[in-house]
Amino acid sequence: MTTDTAREPEAGREPRGWFREHSELGICAVLVVLGLLVLTDALRIPTDFAQRGPVGPKAVPVLVGSLLLVVAVLLARDVLRGGRGEAETGEDVDLSAPADWRTVLLLCGAFLANAALIGVVGFPISGAILFWGAAYALGSRAYVRDPLIAAGLSVLTFAVFNNLLGVPLPGGPLMEVF
Amino acid sequence: MEQLLDGFATALTPTHLLFAAIGVLLGTAIGVLPGIGPAMAVALLLPVTYGMEPTGAFIMFAGIYYGGMFGGSTTSILLNTPGESAAVVTAFEGNPMARRGRGAQALAAAAIGHFIGGIIGTILIVLLAPFVAKHAVDIGAPDLFAIMVLAFIAVTSVLGASRIRGVASLLIGLTLGLVGLDEMTGQQRLTFGSLHLADGIDVIVVAVALFAVGEALWVAAHLRRKPFTPIPVGRPWLSRGDLKRTWKPWLRGPVIGFPFGAIPAGGAEIPTFLSYVAEKRLSRHRDEFGKGAIEGVAGPESTASASAAGTLVTMLTLGLPTTAVAAVMLAAFQTYGIQPGPLLFQREAGLVWALIASLFIGLTLLLVLNLPLAPLWAKLLRIPRPYLYAGILFFASVGAYAVNADIFDLLLMFVIGVLGFGMRRYGLPVLPAIIGVILGPAAEQQMRRSLQLSDGSLTGLVNSPMAVIVYVVVLVIVFFPLIRKFLPKPAPPAAPARDREEIDA
Repeated sequence: MTTDTAREPEAGREPRGWFREHSELGICAVLVVLGLLVLTDALRIPTDFAQRGPVGPKAVPVLVGSLLLVVAVLLARDVLRGGRGEAETGEDVDLSAPADWRTVLLLCGAFLANAALIGVVGFPISGAILFWGAAYALGSRAYVRDPLIAAGLSVLTFAVFNNLLGVPLPGGPLMEVF
Repeated sequence: MEQLLDGFATALTPTHLLFAAIGVLLGTAIGVLPGIGPAMAVALLLPVTYGMEPTGAFIMFAGIYYGGMFGGSTTSILLNTPGESAAVVTAFEGNPMARRGRGAQALAAAAIGHFIGGIIGTILIVLLAPFVAKHAVDIGAPDLFAIMVLAFIAVTSVLGASRIRGVASLLIGLTLGLVGLDEMTGQQRLTFGSLHLADGIDVIVVAVALFAVGEALWVAAHLRRKPFTPIPVGRPWLSRGDLKRTWKPWLRGPVIGFPFGAIPAGGAEIPTFLSYVAEKRLSRHRDEFGKGAIEGVAGPESTASASAAGTLVTMLTLGLPTTAVAAVMLAAFQTYGIQPGPLLFQREAGLVWALIASLFIGLTLLLVLNLPLAPLWAKLLRIPRPYLYAGILFFASVGAYAVNADIFDLLLMFVIGVLGFGMRRYGLPVLPAIIGVILGPAAEQQMRRSLQLSDGSLTGLVNSPMAVIVYVVVLVIVFFPLIRKFLPKPAPPAAPARDREEIDA
């Protein structure tokens, strides 16, 4: 990697800038990790027993794992040669602005809060926290309207799923009162 | 024919009519709403249908599919931002029309084009699907495997700008599909001893994670602080002069759209573009193109609708999804324990014909409901974005949790959602991953079955004429960039590519 840095003079002076420029190599890293994971897992599958037919449960994972490594290398080559994946566009996506990591992290927080709380306080409460948290993260600051909408949506969804559609959701202590 | 009438009898019951109406209304709303495509919509609504019988559920899904395409064109015309990929081309002429005060005509041309394309496409389903299914019954494991390989190659090569990124996406999907017990031997693969993973990763969780969570996180990172303002519009209508210009494009659309929908070439993107180019060549008002030519709206919309019908033929008769919506609908069939494929028309004849009949009903409902409702749909574009994306995350969580009532699925969805975010950031298309998850395990089974029959000899994969033909097509696609170098350079195809870039810019 260092040799490649040297080849690009203006980026080479500042290593952090180089990594920012080539952050797509992170995808290659993910592919390598996945590939190694699939391969090591495949190699530990015992093949001697329970096998029916000439091709056992190992073959496809070995193939997929190897291909993951090959594609990681090819993608890395593409990135180092200046190839860039096109970021996805959309109606509400403004690619001219830099990525807003605070919003993303707050959203992740709201999502994980729901996962952590759903078993403890039940869906009506954890879902409301998720909705309000996500709306807050995305820039909504109506301190009366937001929680009201969140609570209304959450309780309504719970009622519709749990009672009308027959898809059980955890009610938590709040619903036991009723 | 008799079966189709039985299908109408099933689909015209009040409950099923209600589901069809809910489907087309939800589908249109979803198509209009930014950020939600029909694939995400079907994935998010799957848990709602867990308590329902399959016929009603699929009638609703079909309504969402057609409705979503319909709604997508509304944003193309009024905002110049397509609600989903099938409506990209509609923006080329639809938006200039709206800016010149002809938005009502553009919406009407799109709506009626959609209706005509859909009706012709659905008639073709009625005529072709039983025929294909009858002949597909005879095809064996090697042929099925070959077709799946073709689907993998086509979905990674035809779509998107970069093949290598498409392949990377497909491999990610195949890896997710490997998790769980091997179906033939019961060996654990990639489960890491976890009981949660032994059953495999639910396709619904993957679909919701990639489409909904990944999308919400991606939009959050780059949220446009000032959303576009839509062009106000009245009730859609067409004058006699408009009709004269649109009826031929409407009828030409299905000719291009239907076959493209049926093959694994990415659904409506390519045929709508071809239709646009064809209409431009054939039009007597060529000078109006780029400034709001109504033919450029009518043709592609009819094409998009017919391609959706073509997609359904392949999905129902071969069990092969060619678009993201079809992939999610296939997953929905599987959650009901129904396997689409050649035998579907024998085993589930009632369900299939009710579904096909409901397509006719849904299209009619779309036309009747949506022409007068267009101004209302345009208002949906003003929904505050924080609520929209918070709502997407909210329903994604409900959906993933409802699959198994397991918090583990929420965490899994989060991890895959972050992966979906990364894929969007670096231009890895999402569709190959979904196809990989859904078709990967099936392809492995077919391959191992073929090799079992041939006792391990690789010739077992190519011992039928059909498989050989399919592999030849695969090779042509794979080596197309090489082949093109040796062909004399054709001049005309360069022109449409340039058009497209100008419009994108």
